[in-house]
This record gives sequence, C-alpha cells and structure tokens, in this order.
Amino acid sequence: MCTYNTETLELTGSAKGATGWFRATNASVYFDHPVHHPAGHALMIDVLNPECGAGARVGLELDADSARALAEAILRTLASVPAQLIEH
Amino acid sequence: MTSDLHAYTTEISGFAGDPIEVYAAVPDGASFGSVAVIHHMPGFDEQTKEIVRKFAAHGYGAAMANLYSREAPGASPDDAAAAARARGGVPDERLVGDVAAVADFLRAQSGSNGKVGVIGYCSGGRQSVLAACSLDLDAAVDCYGAFVVVDPPSDHPLSTVSALTPILGNLSCPLLGLFGADDQYPSPEQTETLRALLTEHAKEFEFHTFEGAGHAFFAVERPSYRPEAAVAGWNLIWDFFGRHLS
Repeated sequence: MCTYNTETLELTGSAKGATGWFRATNASVYFDHPVHHPAGHALMIDVLNPECGAGARVGLELDADSARALAEAILRTLASVPAQLIEH
Repeated sequence: MTSDLHAYTTEISGFAGDPIEVYAAVPDGASFGSVAVIHHMPGFDEQTKEIVRKFAAHGYGAAMANLYSREAPGASPDDAAAAARARGGVPDERLVGDVAAVADFLRAQSGSNGKVGVIGYCSGGRQSVLAACSLDLDAAVDCYGAFVVVDPPSDHPLSTVSALTPILGNLSCPLLGLFGADDQYPSPEQTETLRALLTEHAKEFEFHTFEGAGHAFFAVERPSYRPEAAVAGWNLIWDFFGRHLS
C-alpha cells in the first residue's frame, strides 16, 4: 500500500545530487513503495532544496534493517565527537 | 487489438484552470470508448505510460494527467513524486478536477464515442473510486486501492487522505474491484466492507480477489508481480470496459 504518512523536517547542510552540489534545506522520511530498490516497501529519505527545483534531491531507498543501522551509525558518530567540534 | 496507435504528451487545463501535463494514446480509426488512467504515487512514470498505451492498443482512447504537474513541472517522475509528497500529496478536490479535465479531453477526441471510464492502481485505486463518486463517468476500476473504507492508520498532519465511505452513495457508474487475498491495505475484510456498503447503496459492482497475490500484483517491474492474477485481471478489465464503454 501507499502509506501516505510522511515525516518532514528542515535541515542545514549540503547534498550532491544528479546535477552537483546543492544547499540542503529540507528532508522527507517515509516508508513506502520504492522506485528502484527491488522490494515492495522501503524506508525512503529525500534530502531536498525546494527553492532549487524538484531535481535538487538526493534520494535513498533502504530496507528497514539498513535504515536502522544507518540511523544508529549517525547517532553513534555524533555521540563520539567532542562537543566543542559541533557547531550550532 | 490494434497495434496502430498515436501516443503523445500535451497540456490541458486541470483543476482551477491550472496547466497540467497529460500523456495520451489513441487508436487509429474507428469510434472508441475512453479511459482516464490515474498514476500511482511514484508518479507519471514509464510503467504507467505503458498502461496508457496498452489501453490504446486494445482500442480505447486513454489519457493520464501528471498529478504532480504543479509541484514539479518537467521534473523526472521520482523527483516530482518526492516534491509532491514533501508538500503533503495530492488533495482530493484537485484530483477530481484533474480527472474531470482528462475525461473532457477524451470526450473531445474525434474518435470518441462519448463514454469514459477511469482506472487507478494502488493510491490511484482509491482515487478512481473518488473520481467515480464525484464525476459522471461510465465505468470505474479500482485496483487494490487502500483507505476506501478506512482512514489511514496515522494522524500525521500531512496526511490528506481519508475514507470515502461518506460519498460511496454517489457512485455514478459500475465499479470493478481487483484485489489480492494477501493484501492488508486493502485487506479482504476491508473489501468485504466495501462490498456491503455498495450493496446497501444498490450500486452495480463486481469484485475479484486473487489467491496468492498481494498488493501491486499488476506491477511487472516489482517483486509483487503475480502473472496469473495480472493476466486474469487484465482479462476482467477488457470484459468490463468492453461492456460499459462500447
């Protein structure tokens, strides 16, 4: 099924898409039908900059275990960084 | 079946007069009934355009609106789908307006016999029922559309989708429902609920639930593809549209 429910968030950073680097301002996270990954459903992440058009996008389609492993790796990495290196 | 058809992309005025992209395919020659195809949530993609051409090859005029024309004109289907999702998806009112415009476009084709049906897959299955409950159409096909009789299991504020139960009494045409026995959205229990509601409203419909098939059994490029169910389903579609769009 199409799950419809989508988490959206604002973020600050850069991403490299099909046409090169762009400033990333938004992201969507959802679990739905993938375009490329050969499975019925996948955890989908879109990193976006809507002001630069729909093509300013980096898309990820991950199976659930991979998505959890990625999320945990991100959190572990951030937790191991000296606090003074993290800029807000 | 004919192998002679003309397929092209054009622009029409959709809901609120907005310009929307349309992919159309019409058979050469004789008078034909028509089908408005509603693409699934992944967008105005190669696979759904192939379905449009398949209808034309079987003697129907067919057209499909790019439901994401407004959010991402000219973008690739996957980028457009992502952009539309990030903005909350396609509102029901806009979907109905866009399908109405496609139906008018099809009726205006020189070979049209004036009859128009609608078909959709997955999210488009629900939208096919929505269109048939909102517009004067001649036939409708719902291929495993979820959330026709139940709301999505989420109260996320971006979810614009709700059950169609309050408008089922407005169904304007016969409905063919094609479902997988292993699907959970819609589950066999949900399709039975829909059956009961349509019976209560004295609507003409026929449902077929295929054993050994789940969601998206028509989707040839996905692991959910079930050739036996898909072939049988297509034959039911040709029979159904043959009776109601001739």
